Amino acid sequence: MNRYYWVLGAFAALVALLAIGLNLNPRDVPSPLIGKPAPAFNLNVLATPEQTLGPKDMLGKVWLLNVWSSWCVSCRAEHPVLVEFSKRANVPLVGLNYKEVRGDGDFDMSKMPANEEKKLAFQRANQWLVQHGNPYTLNVMDIDGRVGIDYGVYGVPETYIIDKAGTIRMKHTGPISPEDLSKKIMPLLAELNK
Amino acid sequence: MKRHTLIAIFILASFFGSATAFADAASEAAVAADPVAEKRLQGLSEELRCLVCQNQTIADSNAELAQDLRREIRGMIKDGKSDKEIVDFMVARYGDFVLYRPPLKGITLLLWGGPIGLMLFGLFALQRYLRRRATRINAEDHPLSADESSRADALLKEIDQK
Repeated sequence: MNRYYWVLGAFAALVALLAIGLNLNPRDVPSPLIGKPAPAFNLNVLATPEQTLGPKDMLGKVWLLNVWSSWCVSCRAEHPVLVEFSKRANVPLVGLNYKEVRGDGDFDMSKMPANEEKKLAFQRANQWLVQHGNPYTLNVMDIDGRVGIDYGVYGVPETYIIDKAGTIRMKHTGPISPEDLSKKIMPLLAELNK
Repeated sequence: MKRHTLIAIFILASFFGSATAFADAASEAAVAADPVAEKRLQGLSEELRCLVCQNQTIADSNAELAQDLRREIRGMIKDGKSDKEIVDFMVARYGDFVLYRPPLKGITLLLWGGPIGLMLFGLFALQRYLRRRATRINAEDHPLSADESSRADALLKEIDQK
C-alpha cells in the first residue's frame, strides 16, 4: 500500500509542475534589459519633426515609453487605459511609434521612397491620435523599427518604465489592463518617484 | 464536382504561395549577392528564435520581426562582425530565449540535466525493483520435498504413458 502513495505523490508532483507550466504566459519573455540603461536613440518628434528626442533628454525623470502603432489592434484596446493614466498620473508618457507604415503590411515597401514613407508615417500617426485622443506627452517616430530592435520589441504594444538614472525598471509586453496599471505600474512609479 | 473545385483552389493557392516566396527570395538575394555571407546568415538564423512565432527560427519565419532581424544580421555580417558578436547582440536585446539552444548555466541546469536525471532515476528504480524481485523469487524458490518430487515423478510418468 505504501508504494502506491509514493506513485500517487510523484503523479501529483507532475500534475503540479504541468499546471504551473500551462499557466505561464509564453509571450511573457523576461527582458534582459531590466536593470540596464535604456538604449540610446535620437528620433524625430511627431509634433515637431524638426526636433529629436532621446532617453538622455529624459534623465532626472521617471518616465514611460510606450511602443504603439496605428495598425496595431491591441494598441487600440490599450488606448483608453493610457488616456486614463495620462489624466491620473503626473508622469511623462513618451510614445514610440513603431514601423507606422512598413509594419502595416498594406504597402509595397519596395515601391515607396523613404521620404514618402516618412511623410505618410507622420500623417497616419497624427490622424490616429486625433481620432482616438492623445495621452502622450510626446511621440517619437521609429520608422524603420531599428530602435524597436534595440529595445527588444517583439509584440506591440510594449511599455517600459525608466527611472531617473535612465535605467529600465520594468517591461510590460502586450496591452496594459486597468489591473496592470493599478497593481503593477502605479506602485512602481510611486516608489521610483519617492 | 465539389472535389474538382477544391483541387483547383488548392493548385491556385499553392501557385500564389510559391509566387510570393519567389518574390521574397528575389529581394533578399538582391541585398546579399555574396554566397559566403548568405551561408553565414542562414546558419545564424537557424540558431535564433523568432519571438513572434515562438517555435520557429528566424530562418523559417516570415514574420516581420524575423525579416527585420535577418536584415540586422546581414548588416552586421557586412560590417565584419563575428558570429559571437551577432549572437550577443540578439541575446542582449531578447534574452537567452532567442537562442534555440539555451546556454548551460544555473537557471537552465534543470532543463539540461532534468532528462538525464530522470533517466538515471528510472534506471535506479528499475534496478532496485529487479533486485527485490530476484530476492523474492529466490526466497520462494525452495527445492521440492521428497513427497513433492515423488508426486511430480508420478505425474510425468503418467504423461509418458499416454
